[in-house]
Order: sequence, then C-alpha cells, then structure tokens
Amino acid sequence: MSAYAGDVAALARKDLLLELRSRDTLPAMLLFVVSALTIFHFALPSGSSERAETGLLWIAIVFTALLGLTRAFAAEREQGLLDGLVLAPCDRSAIWLGKTIGVTLFLVLAEIVALPAFALFFHPLSWELVAAVALADIGIAAIGTLLAAIAAASRARELMLPLMFLPLAIPVVIGGVGASIAANPGTFLAFLGLYDGVFAILSWASFEYVITE
Amino acid sequence: MIRARKLSKRFGDKRVLEGLDLEVPRGGFVLVTGPNGSGKTTLLRLCAGLFAPTGGELEVDVPRGAIGFLGHEPLVYRELTPLENLDLYGRLYRLPERRERAGAMLERFGLWRARNERAGTFSRGMLQRLALCRTFLHDSDLLLLDEPFDGLDAEGADLLQTELAERTGVTALVATHDPEALSGRASARLAIT
Repeated sequence: MSAYAGDVAALARKDLLLELRSRDTLPAMLLFVVSALTIFHFALPSGSSERAETGLLWIAIVFTALLGLTRAFAAEREQGLLDGLVLAPCDRSAIWLGKTIGVTLFLVLAEIVALPAFALFFHPLSWELVAAVALADIGIAAIGTLLAAIAAASRARELMLPLMFLPLAIPVVIGGVGASIAANPGTFLAFLGLYDGVFAILSWASFEYVITE
Repeated sequence: MIRARKLSKRFGDKRVLEGLDLEVPRGGFVLVTGPNGSGKTTLLRLCAGLFAPTGGELEVDVPRGAIGFLGHEPLVYRELTPLENLDLYGRLYRLPERRERAGAMLERFGLWRARNERAGTFSRGMLQRLALCRTFLHDSDLLLLDEPFDGLDAEGADLLQTELAERTGVTALVATHDPEALSGRASARLAIT
C-alpha cells in the first residue's frame, strides 16, 4: 500500500472508530431518513405519480446526507484537531479523502435501511434507482465534505453548510429522479457519474486551500 | 531557522501582532513572554504555518513534518485511547516502528497504565502529558511550545524538563507566563507587549 493510501485508510479508520464509540451521527441519520419516509408515506395522496414518490426519496437522501455532513468535522472543530492533521507531513488531500470515505459509508448504511423502507411504503426498487443512489452518494460525499470543512471554519456553520450544499445538490436530485423514472436512465446515470468526477477532482485539488488560512 | 521582519497579524480590525522582528538561529531556545492577548500564541501559530501573516515577512527554514507543535488544545481525539492517538499521528508522520515509539513515549510521560483508556476521561494534566507525547513523538528540528507546563503537576514538569534537556540542538520557541522554569535553558527572551 502506498503511503498516501495508508494515510487515507488510517484517517478513514479513525472516523469509523470515532463513530463506533460516540454513536453521534449514524443513529441520527437512520432515525431521520426513516421518519421522513414515514411522514411522506402518510402525506402523499394515494395514486401519486412515481415521479413524486421518487422525488421525495431523493429529498430524504439529500437531507440525511446533510445531517451526516454537519457532523463530519465535529470532532476536529470542537477540539481544534485540524491543526494536528494540517501539521502532519502527509498530503492534505488525504484528510479530505479519508473523511469522504467515512461520509460515504455512513450514507450507504443509512440507505441500506432507507431503500427497503421506500420499497415498503411506495413502490419496488429498480436497478436504475439503486445505481443512481450509489453514484449520487459519491458526489454528495465528495462536495459535501469539502463544504463541511469550509463551514467548520466559519462562525455560522449551521447556516453555511445548507446554504452552500443544497444548491449544489440540485443536480443530484435531477439526475437521481431522472435515472429512476426516465425511459433512458443511461443518460442520467452518466450525468451523475460526470458530477461525481468533476466535484471529486475539484474537492480533492482544492482541499489544501480550504483548510489552510 | 526563523526570521521575521516587521511581522504583523490582524484578525479583521483587531491588530494582534504589529511590526515584530525576530531572528532565531538553529539551536536557539527563545522564551516568548508577554501579557494575555499580546500575540504569543499567534506568533507560534504563524511560525507553524497555521496562520498566514497579514504583513511583513516570515521565513521558517523547517519542513512541515519537522515541527513539534504544542498549542492550547492537546490535539488528540477524546474518543480514542492514547495508543490509538499516537498510532494515528505516527502513521501520518511516517514513523518507523511507530507503535514501539508510541509505547515508549507513553511510558516516559507516565501514561502507560492509561494507554487503553479513552483520552476523554483524562484529567487536564493527563491530557497535557498526552499532548507532550504527541509533540515529542517525532524527531523535530523546531519545537513550538505554548505554555508547556500548563496543567502539569511537579512530576509532569520534571518529565518535560528531562525531555527538553535530551533534545539538545533543537530550535525552540516557547511561549510562557513562567519564564523562570526554563530560564536555564533559554538563549534569548522575546517580550511582546
């Protein structure tokens, strides 16, 4: 394993260990996504379109991700730990990548519960929907982690993160809903893949500038 | 090693450092003193590269991984044990035999028995000892220590003195309200007003 991959693995492992011990983030994400789907189930009139149902699933996913992202740098922010990581001689993008892997994993775990709940409340899952969710997770985690780092450095962080993240999540919802219901899901899946690629590269390259003053 | 010319730092409208000149040669041990809010911590953070200067020039002739930095926060994860914290830093600093070094450092600062307890359960003094373990875990060319005796009992203070005595030739910038504790070691003093 290269030194860079080793750093990323150590940082991601650290985040998983922190969550395993504190149980701060994942239970909140699970509770939120299941509650949201339950509310949508009773709020949506019977005979609603597949587009409306799928749209609500994507809203639930985006806000669940936002909940996880709000806590992404909580330990580092509350205890000033970013200083310690920034001073280490490792490539600073490894901090972003390690954190992104952790966020992605939490999101996937939340969706492992959310997708069956959606199938139970609304309609069966299609492979296109599952593929779109998997692709969206990468993009959401990539850009969301960068924005969470920016927000962590600001005073109004609870306000800043949604303000920055939600506009950038709109393409994910469009791509996700499109891939789930359109006749040509390939186009929308490719769009999500492109979104992932562009934002992952941008976030990876710019993280160093974000966490240094 | 460290050269500052008319160094200044502002946070918004607040002027924290203004026109500071400083030269610390390799192996120099400089005590930085001054009242609260005079900019001692800011100076150390500037030297560590954690802040960018607002004005003037600052040269620190040390690579990032060769700085040992002790700040106000211990910079350890409270949900992890001392061993896990030091193992993580050892990994990021690419230390050979990092687990052995972590163990040796914990033993040196009297934390070996608490090696598997979560750092969040530690007292202020134990956290400071753990912060010292983290600071001295890798071989530094430059030590930037902000109130290193903060929270330490007499035994902890002795352990820190011993550690510093063994690091001969290392350049150090130490911000302190108790300069007498390190006066025998200091090559110069910088009083910021």
